[in-house]
Amino acid sequence: MVDLIAISPLEGLLPLSIGTVTLSEDDPGVMTGIAAYKGKEKALSTALKKAHGMAAPGPNRALGKAGARAIWFGHGMILLQGPKADKALMRHAALTDQSDGWAVVRLSGAEARDVLARLTPIDLRESVFKRGHTARTELAHMMASITRTGAQSWQIMVFQSFAKTLVHDLRRAMERVAARKV
Amino acid sequence: MRLICPNCGERDVREFYYAGFAAALDRPAEDAGVEVWDDYLHNRDNPAGEARDLWYHESGCSAWVVVRRDTASHAVLAAELACDVKAGGA
Repeated sequence: MVDLIAISPLEGLLPLSIGTVTLSEDDPGVMTGIAAYKGKEKALSTALKKAHGMAAPGPNRALGKAGARAIWFGHGMILLQGPKADKALMRHAALTDQSDGWAVVRLSGAEARDVLARLTPIDLRESVFKRGHTARTELAHMMASITRTGAQSWQIMVFQSFAKTLVHDLRRAMERVAARKV
Repeated sequence: MRLICPNCGERDVREFYYAGFAAALDRPAEDAGVEVWDDYLHNRDNPAGEARDLWYHESGCSAWVVVRRDTASHAVLAAELACDVKAGGA
């Protein structure tokens, strides 16, 4: 088979640093959508824990850390990032390889929250959206997954075909947050 | 307006797609007759007050939600996942 050259959807667009905020590409590795079959939610959670060390995250929660994450990814859907999904999971859930489907970025810095708040309607306050929380929401009219990965860092995912738009809108928000300090 | 998603909590209405009266969930039997089917397909009330609607959490978690709300005051009264409503035999 021809050896194809893999190019990220964010190739040449990042990293970007404006003011206190940095936007960089995230390469979470293999990404697998996991949708439990009817009535198999518990069995899936047990199998996931056994295979990858993380139970199935409940709504709006993400488990694990960089290298291996399980993110709640919508109604009845979990996204496993990092390891290749264990075949044992197939007994309880439908698996889909989504590795190439998403543009993944990391937004971090003292004012990262202010940047995000300009683009998404969800409540990002410290007391509401904590580390380990995740949300399916919209970001500048794009369907997105936003996960808080640290005190000042967020992982943002949109469909890979929106990569350029994502960077454009985040850059503009970063510039405007930085401009308030001048 | 802010709607409630049983998965995600209170969210801005821009995340949702409106899909009409929740009447669509109560599909008549195949042999229910022309009048019942006509009613199911075409006839809708236009309540000034409590309405029961289907909303799709389109740019959120992709769940179908049955929302009870007041069309006069815009108050959102309750929300249930459509799959739970169907499972309950409603």
